Amino acid sequence: MIRQDYNRIDPKRRSTLDHKKKQFAIPTYKQQEYPHRLNLYEVPPTAEITLEQFEQWAIDRLRILAELEACSFRNKTPAETAAHITPLLQKWLPLHSNTSSSAGAQDESLKLERQKDHYSHFILRLAFSSTEDLRRRFARIECALFKLRFQNDDARERQAFVESLQLDWEVVSEDEKRSLATNLANATPGLKQKEVEEGGWFKVDFETVPELVESRRVFLKAGKAYVPVKEQMTMVLAGFNERLEKGLELAARAFPRLDEDDRLTPILNHLSKNFATPDSTLSDSDSALSGATINAASIDGLSQHFPLCMRNLHMTLRKNSHLKHFGRLQYTLFLKGIGLNLEDCLIFWRQAFKLITDDTFNKEYRYNVRHAYGDVGGDAIRRGRGYSPFSCQKILTEHPPGNGETHGCPYRHFSIDNLTTLLQTTGVNDRDVLRGVKEDVEKKRYHIACNRVFEFAYKDDIKRVKEDKSWGAAELDTIVHPNSYFKRAYMLSTGAKAGAGESRGDAMEL
Amino acid sequence: MPHSTAADLITPSSPLEEDSELPDAPPHALDVKEEREGDNQKELEIGVPVREDLKPDIKLEDLFDDVDDEDEEFPSSGATTGMVESSPPAVPIALAPSAKYTDPEVMLAFYQRLFPFRYLFQWLNHSIKPSNDFGHREFAFTLQNDAYLRYQSYPTGDLLRKDVLRVNPSRFEIGPVYTAPPRDRKTLRKSTAFRPMAKELVFDIDLTDYDEIRTCCSKANICHKCWSFVTMAIKVVDTALREDFGFQHIMWVYSGRRGAHAWISDKRARIMDDQRRKALAGYLEVVKGGAQSGKKVNVKRPLHPHLARSLDILKDHFQHDILEDQDPWAEPEKAERLLQLLPDKALNDALRKKWDAAPGRSSASKWADIDSLAKAGASKTLDGRLLLEAKQDIVLEYTYPRLDVEVSKKQIHLLKSPFVIHPGTGRVCVPIDTRRLTKFDPLGVPTVTELLGEIDDFDGQDLKEEDEGKKIQDYEKTSLKPYVDYFRTYVASLLKDEKGLKRERIDDDAMEF
Repeated sequence: MIRQDYNRIDPKRRSTLDHKKKQFAIPTYKQQEYPHRLNLYEVPPTAEITLEQFEQWAIDRLRILAELEACSFRNKTPAETAAHITPLLQKWLPLHSNTSSSAGAQDESLKLERQKDHYSHFILRLAFSSTEDLRRRFARIECALFKLRFQNDDARERQAFVESLQLDWEVVSEDEKRSLATNLANATPGLKQKEVEEGGWFKVDFETVPELVESRRVFLKAGKAYVPVKEQMTMVLAGFNERLEKGLELAARAFPRLDEDDRLTPILNHLSKNFATPDSTLSDSDSALSGATINAASIDGLSQHFPLCMRNLHMTLRKNSHLKHFGRLQYTLFLKGIGLNLEDCLIFWRQAFKLITDDTFNKEYRYNVRHAYGDVGGDAIRRGRGYSPFSCQKILTEHPPGNGETHGCPYRHFSIDNLTTLLQTTGVNDRDVLRGVKEDVEKKRYHIACNRVFEFAYKDDIKRVKEDKSWGAAELDTIVHPNSYFKRAYMLSTGAKAGAGESRGDAMEL
Repeated sequence: MPHSTAADLITPSSPLEEDSELPDAPPHALDVKEEREGDNQKELEIGVPVREDLKPDIKLEDLFDDVDDEDEEFPSSGATTGMVESSPPAVPIALAPSAKYTDPEVMLAFYQRLFPFRYLFQWLNHSIKPSNDFGHREFAFTLQNDAYLRYQSYPTGDLLRKDVLRVNPSRFEIGPVYTAPPRDRKTLRKSTAFRPMAKELVFDIDLTDYDEIRTCCSKANICHKCWSFVTMAIKVVDTALREDFGFQHIMWVYSGRRGAHAWISDKRARIMDDQRRKALAGYLEVVKGGAQSGKKVNVKRPLHPHLARSLDILKDHFQHDILEDQDPWAEPEKAERLLQLLPDKALNDALRKKWDAAPGRSSASKWADIDSLAKAGASKTLDGRLLLEAKQDIVLEYTYPRLDVEVSKKQIHLLKSPFVIHPGTGRVCVPIDTRRLTKFDPLGVPTVTELLGEIDDFDGQDLKEEDEGKKIQDYEKTSLKPYVDYFRTYVASLLKDEKGLKRERIDDDAMEF
């Protein structure tokens, strides 16, 4: 396989190959052993496999990853995700623990499973190393998969695995533990008094546990984080993520030097292209609306079909004649997505910001709008056509609104009272719907809440298209993108056919 | 050729100063050079100052003093006119007090005479000898016409100074250290080879984020009352950074109008990636939510030690700065906001009744009413613990630092350099000495025009002493001195620690062989 990891260049191991002494000797690599079920994927595979295996293993792993990603988009809880994925894992990518076989780690079928897991990971690593976007996505889902497996692992084997990692953890002494007991207990939620006193504690650099630091679930002192044994997973995961990201970057750099183009490259390209999910840019056909006039003047009229997040931005904009940065960005990209061109978009914002002078507008705002359209900024080749409109996933998870900011998702970022008021001002007065929304929001199912409101607002139209069968089930699937919301809403209200220009459902091109 | 004459006159008097690589008060030779590059226009209009050729001891500044006085653009004040009469004219700048801080000439004089380029260089370079920490560092200039020039970089502090004098930006910002000099980024074969490597960890506090809770001012305005928000914020963040994260080299800088920036130069902080910066920002962020989020502080119980400590720091401020000075719940509508944050309905009704009966009751009394009515048993359903927690949350909502966390999350974020002039106020972005934090007065920070005036006054008074003793640097003649001195001491301690780090590294390497 391909040399892509610096870990490979291990002087100690290389010397055992003795290639200098035996000229023309074929380097023989140590046969990979898999003593543990889990794998941090540090050493790339070296043995030979057939092309069929190469492709088949990769495709099997890809299925799992795609399902995992879909679960995260549907906002499923970890338990739901596990329930959904476990049978699929059994089918496509089984990975049994040592205890499942009497021969333990020596069992041949276990070895085979682990080999498949190992190889398929590295094949996909290659396939998804080409762009920053793919790399991030791949790392995110691989981490989710690792987490899932780590949690399901047999406790004893997990401990053995963690010990084999030889992480740099310092044990907190009994004295120190006693003197810090109150702080440790207060900083670490979900621990019983007994666990604080008797459980083991590690002292690590705070950089190794960013997740715990960010959510303030760990005690910090002078740059060290005091982590209970229970939180081991966070640290192992952080280590996994870090190694994977580094590995992916190395792979990206090594890939162009892979001097081969007719056997593996087509397979790899094919793999990365077929990784289609809702979290990607809208295709062109999705933004083109047949028969609609979309210009600066028509936005007011169209805004009644906007999803609540955009409607809120629009109303705020009209009220204050101003929006803060992320609000402008979210709204501009949405408008771009519905087909408003750059010139009209500039006119729209210029007119909307009616309290400021042309000069200020040109200086402070024009550039951002042009930037969002990919008209200026950075590298002309890389910027393409600018950013894609934000998906619900992105709006829900990135940049929550801060002081005075009005972007984000109202279902997620509004207090329930303010959300209800907003819904009522947009004409949703039905008690059942409002109660449903409240329940959804409490269960953190923001998509469902939004779709519920959609179904209420267009209930007559939906009924009509269902009855005359002009729209299929795929066209009425859950909405996970503000632009699909608008598109569907607009077409329903104008009585257009679903087929006219809509790329099916939510499967958008990458 | 008037310039060559002037230069010839000056050069012999300045060989000593040429040794210093980055004079904060520029040696005269440099002045000449810059004038030659930048001010041709002015020179031509005015013509050749012949008179000076006859005096061998004359200084270049003297020459320009006359020049400026003759210049129609600079109506001179009474003081400077007097100077021209006195025999050795010593006023170098001679800007009339009426000169605006936005004038390019004022900016240029400031960069030439006062801006501490030497320490800025050392601060960003982490050593005396120029290294990649400085050479690969991005600077971004905002020009006088508001154009924005990114990806500037300079091998040494001296070259930065020269270019600042050439471009004369209205302000400039500091970005990260990249893998290559940012200027050369387009010459790299692969665009991926150019990426940020390190930057100081930064924090930004801006009083506009306090608009919903401050009653004294809004938008860009500030007064002493609302500056106390920044004081509290600095206390809390500074303590957390030192005690929890173990950082030592933290510099707070007044942003020139209504906020403050923190720059953390510890090596460990500089090399943090975006994910860790985000984690750190998240750790410190407590007041969350947009305009419509309702209650903005929702922290878990028991309180995390960081929050318990912060609450301790903030308690007194809440009593004094919030309840008394801000008086946030004086009007009934505003008091309603306070009630929204309290958990018990029956208690709220009782409070509302009491406050409606006594309009104009102060916030301090209202705050006290909560406890006294609760004790009097105004509500049967009252949960004492919930009420206490709600009160703690309220204290945090009104006092806890409101950080602009986006600034902290990204390595590539540019932040205004210390010591530049704020374009809206003319004030210098001076470092804040945290040992005397409560004494810091944002409205007393010198403006650029004041400073230049102070140089003039000083030169007018102490001419003789200056001639005899060691040359006094220009900043030492002004009220900028304590700030530059603080900066110098701060940078010196950073350099000392950094030197230790390097030696350690060398030792480590040595052991491997």
